[in-house]
Amino acid sequence: MTHLDATRVRAVIRRELRDYRRTRSIVVTMAVLPIIFLIQPTLTIFLAPPSAAGDTYYRLPLLILLLVPVILPSTLAAYSVVGEREQGTLEPLLTTPLRREEFILGKAAAVMLPTLVLSYTVFGLLLGVVRLFAKPVTASHVFHQGPVLLALFLFTPLLAGWAIVVGMAVSVRASEVRVAQQLGTLASFPPLGVVVLFGSGVIHPTLPVAVLLATGLLAADVRALRIVSRMFDRERLVTGAKAVRS
Amino acid sequence: MPDPEPALVVNELTKRFGERTAFSGVSFQVAYGEVFGFLGPNGAGKTTTVRTLGTLIAPTSGSATVAGIPLSPENGVEIRQRIAIMPEAPGLYLRLTVTENLEYFAGLYGLRQAGSRIKDALDAVNLGDRAGDLCGGLSKGLRHRVGLARTLLSDPAVMFLDEPTSGLDPVAAREVHDLISGLRQKGVTIFLTTHRLEEAEKLCDRVAILNTTLRVVGRPVELREQLFKSALVVKTLVPLGDPDQLFTRIPSVEGWRSDDPGSYVLSVSDPTVAAPEVTRGLVSVGAEVLAIGEAHHSLEDVYLELIDEDVEARKR
Repeated sequence: MTHLDATRVRAVIRRELRDYRRTRSIVVTMAVLPIIFLIQPTLTIFLAPPSAAGDTYYRLPLLILLLVPVILPSTLAAYSVVGEREQGTLEPLLTTPLRREEFILGKAAAVMLPTLVLSYTVFGLLLGVVRLFAKPVTASHVFHQGPVLLALFLFTPLLAGWAIVVGMAVSVRASEVRVAQQLGTLASFPPLGVVVLFGSGVIHPTLPVAVLLATGLLAADVRALRIVSRMFDRERLVTGAKAVRS
Repeated sequence: MPDPEPALVVNELTKRFGERTAFSGVSFQVAYGEVFGFLGPNGAGKTTTVRTLGTLIAPTSGSATVAGIPLSPENGVEIRQRIAIMPEAPGLYLRLTVTENLEYFAGLYGLRQAGSRIKDALDAVNLGDRAGDLCGGLSKGLRHRVGLARTLLSDPAVMFLDEPTSGLDPVAAREVHDLISGLRQKGVTIFLTTHRLEEAEKLCDRVAILNTTLRVVGRPVELREQLFKSALVVKTLVPLGDPDQLFTRIPSVEGWRSDDPGSYVLSVSDPTVAAPEVTRGLVSVGAEVLAIGEAHHSLEDVYLELIDEDVEARKR
């Protein structure tokens, strides 16, 4: 079992968060994207016709919010390794005692933190607006979507985790930032298929189903994280060639 | 008392990338406190050697001990904890300040309460007053100094500096030289790769010349003696009438050549014996002597001699 040093992991997280704060394009994207994803569900809920049936009508607008934890971290994660390589900051980093697991964990956590804060803030805002300003009957329909709300709560870190790990996997092997970001975004979408099945009613959202799917997603995230750690090869990152030992 | 263990022991180290050999059969040792110059033309394998000893890439064959630890993938973290490498490009985070960059690396070395270390490192490179500046706003020379400060943070047993003055103007290069001289006086072990020969001659206790294989290792003065015979340079106002007759009858002169009219290079075994004899001979033929002195070969002469030999060998 590899011993992870908390000081080193914290150093990676702190540096990443500082860099986000100093990069205007990241701050703007992080602020604007969730707002855009908030508009459509809000309009759908507030403009619901009186005949709208609770279960099916209100399920999809809520589940659309799960796009936020998928899209928001994917580009950041895809940039994480190849971006450092392009900036020329990766090699000095690799000369330190930092273990690959610490690097991956620190980078992943630094993307996860703002993603969770923003995603849960968006959910909270939507539910708060519905509670305060929607008609009582509409608010009642929304707050009666127990399994869907639980899915929102549970799936957010898990979908974000998947998007981050897949984005980093692409980033470890990519030779260019743009390619990594495109592939990372594409590869982060498959788990949303489950959400679509939920929203369209193919899978009936119940508490056991939500918990079961969340457990499966968690297992996939952990497995993918281990694979990414193994893919992190110093020699390949520095020279572009895979290490061959005699 | 037996000699202390060397800081670096490299034994028949080889690195190949597929069919291409980066370096082959390289062996040398570096003592603690020594400044060791690693010279060679572009593509000679200098940077790859540093990366290999720094555990960034794995050797194809051979062995090495770095700061007392055998070079192996399992020992990577422990070796990197004891060394510091400054790559050719400092690789700083340009949106962070100087202090923030150093805080980050102090954290990566697991240093807690790193404030005093950072201050000492910045003072060592005379950057104490720029600690709060964004690295993106610094000149190239100042960025190199931040890179050097970063290598000092962990108080490494061995410091690898890969082309530390590459791309710097003469003033900035001299500042880096002064810093390295300062580190040398403090007893820091430095492995310096460069293709600036005057830099190596000025800073290094010993040098190695690499051109895929290691050509020579030694003190610059020893290498000059190994490669070049002692020589006297004689300059006269008017070219000598019959230099061959004059020089061949002086016993201590083994041979001679004339590069320019009135300029002669005499091969001698011992300049201190030959110089008086040559002076007497010149006076006896009425030569108007402008200068007579020992010929000096620079490290550049040694380097060019060896690299030219390689070029000639490849042509054959």
